[in-house]
Amino acid sequence: MHLTPADIAALGEIVGHYPHKRAACIDALKYMQARHGYVSDQSLEAIAVLLDMSPAELDEVATFYNLIFRKPVGEKVIYLCDSVTCWMLGRDKIARKIQDLIGIRQGETSTDGRYTLLPIVCLGHCDHAPAMMIDDRLFGDVEPGQLPGILEPPD
Amino acid sequence: MMTLERPLTKNIKPNTPPMGLHAYQAAGGYEAVRQTLGRVAPADLVEMVIQSGLGGRGGGGFSAGRKWQLMPDPKADPGPRYLVINADEMEPGTFKDRLLLEGDPHQMIEGIILSAYAIQADISYIFVRGEYGTAITRLESAIGAARDAGLLGRNILGSSYDLEIHVHGGAGRYICGEETALLNSLEGRRAVPRAKPPFPQISGLWGRPTVVNNVETICNIPHIVLRGVDWYKSLGLDGESGTKIYGVSGRVKSPGTFELPMGTTLNDLIEHAGGMREGYQLRAVLPGGASTAFLLDDQLDIPLSFAGVAKAGSRLGTGTAIILDDRTCPVGMLHNLQHFFAQESCGWCAPCRDGLPWVERILAKIESGQGEMSDLALLDDIAGTLGPGRTFCALAPGAMASLVSGLTYFRAEFEQHIHTKSCGWT
Repeated sequence: MHLTPADIAALGEIVGHYPHKRAACIDALKYMQARHGYVSDQSLEAIAVLLDMSPAELDEVATFYNLIFRKPVGEKVIYLCDSVTCWMLGRDKIARKIQDLIGIRQGETSTDGRYTLLPIVCLGHCDHAPAMMIDDRLFGDVEPGQLPGILEPPD
Repeated sequence: MMTLERPLTKNIKPNTPPMGLHAYQAAGGYEAVRQTLGRVAPADLVEMVIQSGLGGRGGGGFSAGRKWQLMPDPKADPGPRYLVINADEMEPGTFKDRLLLEGDPHQMIEGIILSAYAIQADISYIFVRGEYGTAITRLESAIGAARDAGLLGRNILGSSYDLEIHVHGGAGRYICGEETALLNSLEGRRAVPRAKPPFPQISGLWGRPTVVNNVETICNIPHIVLRGVDWYKSLGLDGESGTKIYGVSGRVKSPGTFELPMGTTLNDLIEHAGGMREGYQLRAVLPGGASTAFLLDDQLDIPLSFAGVAKAGSRLGTGTAIILDDRTCPVGMLHNLQHFFAQESCGWCAPCRDGLPWVERILAKIESGQGEMSDLALLDDIAGTLGPGRTFCALAPGAMASLVSGLTYFRAEFEQHIHTKSCGWT
């Protein structure tokens, strides 16, 4: 895979924030993930070349974080908080309702490729527990009955 | 009764976009910068912050000014110097920095300008957790506005002081909140902690002098500069200074954040949160996030100051209290907490990498009714092995705080799970 001139320009601006190129690697991984849904081996290699890292060094970083995917995920990623306050206030019921509605457990992707459900650590929205994010949209005070509307919002 | 002053949140209105540059300036914003840059010697500003008594709001409580004072003299060590803001708020039950970042980004920027000037740093990075997308967008927009107004960049307000601020979005790992792991993450490396010493002030980001401060700590600086040390000290109770953004979550009537005098009692805080919901009673409290020891319902009169909570056997931590109610299984809660720590161990040192998953497995076994009495002795033993001084950083000792206190306070529930071979809670 080759980076387009537009990719290189976008990443070059971020690289300019730092005295050493590799500091931009998380942003670069996120950039490729935003375009392709996940970070493929080819994406990883292209970024490594751009940032003067070895693919192994970059993979050390890519595999460390909760928000970087090295495998394909669904079109939408549901992040359901599993930390303490959300657990107390019923996040397991939310997980079960999602399973009822779209047939996936945590860590799975629906067969139609639309959703991946992942547990996530505390989202800092504990005053509105249970909390979840779908891609970058945050939802609080979630009740099982609201899930159909949250997952399939009317157009 | 005197009205409570709320300097940190005075500009923040719920569900309202934050003040733009003009509104912020009209409310007195950036006045502290105008009065300071090129007019006050950086060392005098450091001294002022020492005198103010401001303690680190990330949970450590160490004097912010003293932390700054450990930076070497730029003449003795010329070259880049950095101020890094720790906005990697991932402590379970903690949601106070989100309020400040989303609610008043210009206050954050003004605090950074003053603090960077004090330590004579020319670049600042705000390390924001990746999940805080709104905070990242609002900070970037506010930084752009401040730069256009000459408040950032070269020769700020003609003072010959230069400063750039960059927002660095993370990708989600709890260990990034540990300041040296944060620096590794920022450099584009696996976020494992570094050995200390050397401390970041001597060898930090790319080996250069660096201070890492929490969001809330830095948001205090403009107010200290503008209104003075005596005023700032007068805000606090129990011998500590300023206000604190406390939080309450769990089964209270109005969970949320509350800016109150530092040293407010736990009782008062819970009252601000409306008290317990109907049908629930308070059983115990984690006073400052998942890494703090439980306090029981007979300890609610303690002041939530660094010293006050330490005296009661726990830590103030982030000051965001998590309430355990009487209808939640304490063993289940501890299992949930240890699951978090086991997952978020960075894997760098063996006691933490292997010990925390072991603790999690034992708790799962007990919670599901398959535990034995010998498991309790084993947990006591592992807790000692993972305690302070036995691991590379503070993650595992933090994890043990709730476990050790929980094993003591909820012994009867542990034994009940073992004897009845089930969890009696629904």
